[in-house]
Amino acid sequence: MSTDLTLKEIQKEWHGTYRSYALGLLFSLVLTAISFGLVILNPLPHKYVHIALLVLAVVQAAGQLVFFLHLGQEAHPRWETLIFSFTTLILLIIVIGTLWVMSDLNERTMENMENMKNMTNMKKDMVHD
Amino acid sequence: MSRPLTLHHQDTLEAHPDTRVPDPHQDVFSTTTFGFWVYLMTDCLLFATFFVTFAVFHDRTFGGPSPKDLFDLKTVFIETMVLLFSSVACGLALLSSLKLEKTKVIIWMAVAFLLGASFVAIELKEFTHLVHEGNSWERSAFLSSFFTLVGTHGLHVSVGLLWLMVMMFQVFWMGITALTFRRLSVFSMFWHFLDLIWIFIFTFVYLMGMV
Repeated sequence: MSTDLTLKEIQKEWHGTYRSYALGLLFSLVLTAISFGLVILNPLPHKYVHIALLVLAVVQAAGQLVFFLHLGQEAHPRWETLIFSFTTLILLIIVIGTLWVMSDLNERTMENMENMKNMTNMKKDMVHD
Repeated sequence: MSRPLTLHHQDTLEAHPDTRVPDPHQDVFSTTTFGFWVYLMTDCLLFATFFVTFAVFHDRTFGGPSPKDLFDLKTVFIETMVLLFSSVACGLALLSSLKLEKTKVIIWMAVAFLLGASFVAIELKEFTHLVHEGNSWERSAFLSSFFTLVGTHGLHVSVGLLWLMVMMFQVFWMGITALTFRRLSVFSMFWHFLDLIWIFIFTFVYLMGMV
């Protein structure tokens, strides 16, 4: 069944308010300023900067999802939130899986190259003997 | 889920007292926005693969320049602000359309368009500068993945601008109707989504490259 609603009816299904956009803008401005500040002013030790930037980006994205894209505010059952969670799962599998496999591959090939160097050195030693 | 699906309309009756359709998910507005949401989620996966390709290749510069030699944080900050305010302007257009203020809707859409167009202009200037210096996508694996990721986002924004222009004419000729409101709200989802992707681009590509 598919029914066309009137303008007034569909406007009730849309969830944005001036308050949500103002909050979203303020939230994004503050987090963006902190992110750029961390890189330009460099107040943190080097190894923590990447983690801080990652956390700030994820928090800002979550804020925009709620304030701008109105995630989790639709009528029950929440299909949009459900499919979003599933996409996040697949996304994490792709991202973490790829990073894992590629860094592992990188380490193994580096190890092999070192082994090859050692083997050639051993051959040289044998010839000298 | 603990309760049967057939009963779910009961908890939405309160939220939508004058809705004729008992199930809030079967009208054209809901199915259209839901379908578009599914498209955005697949687009999310497309960007995820480009992001992870960039993550793998970001230090494979093949003797060429690294992010620190190429990027300018001032430009990136301006791009970020321009896209954020464009996203908010699009939201304000929708809020004006709730009050049926047609002129205000078109003004906010024009603001969103101009900001979006300046974003694309700044990005194109950056890209042509890189190519002229001999640092095109052919230079290294890092630059290939950089142009693929940032370029795909820029292409999305450009397509969005075309869409926004068509929508401005539609609102102008047809006024604010159920049809144009639906199209506007779908466009706003697209526009906010692109701003969301940009958060990860300025963080992973530019800021982390400059650390």
